[in-house]
Amino acid sequence: MSKVFMSGNHTFAEAAIRAGCRCYFGYPITPQNELGEYMAANMANVGGVFIQSESETAAINMVIGAASTGARAMTSSSSPGVSLKQEGISFLAGFELPAVIVNVMRGGPGLGNIAPAQGDYFQATRGGGHGDYRTPVFAPSSVQEAADLTAIAFDVADRYRTPVMILADGMLGQIREPVVFPDPIGELPEKEWALKGRGDGPSRYMASLILDALEMEKHNWKLVRKYEEIAKNEVRCEQFMLDDAEIVAIAYGTTARIAKGAINRLRKDNIPVGLLRPISLWPFPKNEIIDLTKRVRKFIVFEMSTGQMLEDVLLAVQGRAEVQFHGRPGGVVPTPIEFSRILYREYQILQKGRNGASHS
Amino acid sequence: MTIKNPWPIYYKKDVITHYCPGCGHGIVHRIVAEVLEELDVGRRAICVNPAGCAVLAYQYFDIDMLESAHGRGTAMATGIKRSRPDLFVFTYQGDGDLSAIGTAETIHSANRGEQICVIFINNAVYGMTGGQMAPTTLIDMKTTTTPKGRTARVDGFPLHITDVVATFPGVAYAERVAVNGPAGINRTKKAITTAFQTQIDGLGYSIIEVLSPCPTNWKLNSIDSFAWITDVMAKEFPIGVLVDRRRKQADAD
Repeated sequence: MSKVFMSGNHTFAEAAIRAGCRCYFGYPITPQNELGEYMAANMANVGGVFIQSESETAAINMVIGAASTGARAMTSSSSPGVSLKQEGISFLAGFELPAVIVNVMRGGPGLGNIAPAQGDYFQATRGGGHGDYRTPVFAPSSVQEAADLTAIAFDVADRYRTPVMILADGMLGQIREPVVFPDPIGELPEKEWALKGRGDGPSRYMASLILDALEMEKHNWKLVRKYEEIAKNEVRCEQFMLDDAEIVAIAYGTTARIAKGAINRLRKDNIPVGLLRPISLWPFPKNEIIDLTKRVRKFIVFEMSTGQMLEDVLLAVQGRAEVQFHGRPGGVVPTPIEFSRILYREYQILQKGRNGASHS
Repeated sequence: MTIKNPWPIYYKKDVITHYCPGCGHGIVHRIVAEVLEELDVGRRAICVNPAGCAVLAYQYFDIDMLESAHGRGTAMATGIKRSRPDLFVFTYQGDGDLSAIGTAETIHSANRGEQICVIFINNAVYGMTGGQMAPTTLIDMKTTTTPKGRTARVDGFPLHITDVVATFPGVAYAERVAVNGPAGINRTKKAITTAFQTQIDGLGYSIIEVLSPCPTNWKLNSIDSFAWITDVMAKEFPIGVLVDRRRKQADAD
């Protein structure tokens, strides 16, 4: 397919349809309304289902219903609406049902505002709803990547029978960029576990209620083994100008793009800075960071939050290097100049420390 | 007299019930299983069962089942039916599930005229959690959270949710029945048959509210529970067809 010019929100929708998603349920909330509107306009053309639900809660439960029949199902929302979906996401995890949930994050807590933010990292990567579970989370930083990761999200969801979250922000939802879509996928393999009426076979049920504590524990450990497989196979990250980097920025999504801008500026002055961009937020690219600690003395975490991914970085670094943080929460979008100043200042401090050490 | 079909094929055999003695769920389960067989839809049926006493309904129904989060049954049923219109989809829900925590899902699935059936068990109390007030608890009725009896001033009035949804044009059939004796049980079976046939005919949403005994939480024996439904509960929630738009829906198509 040739290149088209599209917003992030439209791209999520088009990529989902091309990935075989035929059931979309959602409730309007800014800044992701265009996603649902695109589905409303286009689902019928491919014989799919679009319902504007009465609430985000209803939407995620419609997703559960559709997913239980084996359909590729999706919902999308923004921060406050995704909070409402958490009950359903927990049930998806408990039932082991595949589904894709897009969160186009905005400022919070509460209603917050409709500006881009990254304050839902904890909610997304720690399960979000009640109970012992994890959700794979992918964070695109360009419209092209929004298309690519949407297709991957559906595959990962089906492969591991798990809900998968795409974590974007209002900037990526609204921005328009050139994008090349993959061809629509053909017939999907039948899901033999799906409910479709017992027919002539034995009846089946999907239940998350397991009253026997030992059986529930067994189910929890079974989920853990699946999460370990996901952690082994589905880590994705981008390494940008890391070969000779003495300071490494760590940022995802829109913030990573801004950080790249800062790094490009500094590289013109031969300042050795680079970027590690987690694409999968869970599983987190922990081993890639551990490798870097063998030679990098300082990491700077940039987020449009008060410091959430920061905790995953600290867990990976384990005190083997210095970790600084710079965050702009509440819907403020930082600039490359702002980041470049911070990176440069930290680079100077690092240099001074080195010189100081050589004089002592 | 010969008994035809002594055991419904969609009702599991040799299962010890978890329901209390005198509970109405067992009666309604059996009726549902019989109707699934008589209308020949059990092979393509999916039942969405609730959080509540009937959460374990899959121990009894021998059809495909999906457990629902508390109150979300009709949203899940919507997802199933829209994804697979060829399946026969019904929910089985209690009064707390359907008319308290799931009110929005109930109202909007009915208003969209989803092609599903709702079996609504009204026993005026939260059974599984031990007898707390339900939206359908009668005025002056004692529960563990209305120890001196429900008062309208504090707790509001018994909610007539089936009457509410019956006003929606998308609802093809709504009836209130009671399992309070052989006549009531026969009428319940007739009502559920009508509701299931409504979906088979593609005429829209149907809901059957069943006044059902909960002797344990009513602190009555099973005979007195039947009498209480007749003498007290059915005065607040009168038995009868609340709406029948099947003809109208058929003409609209």
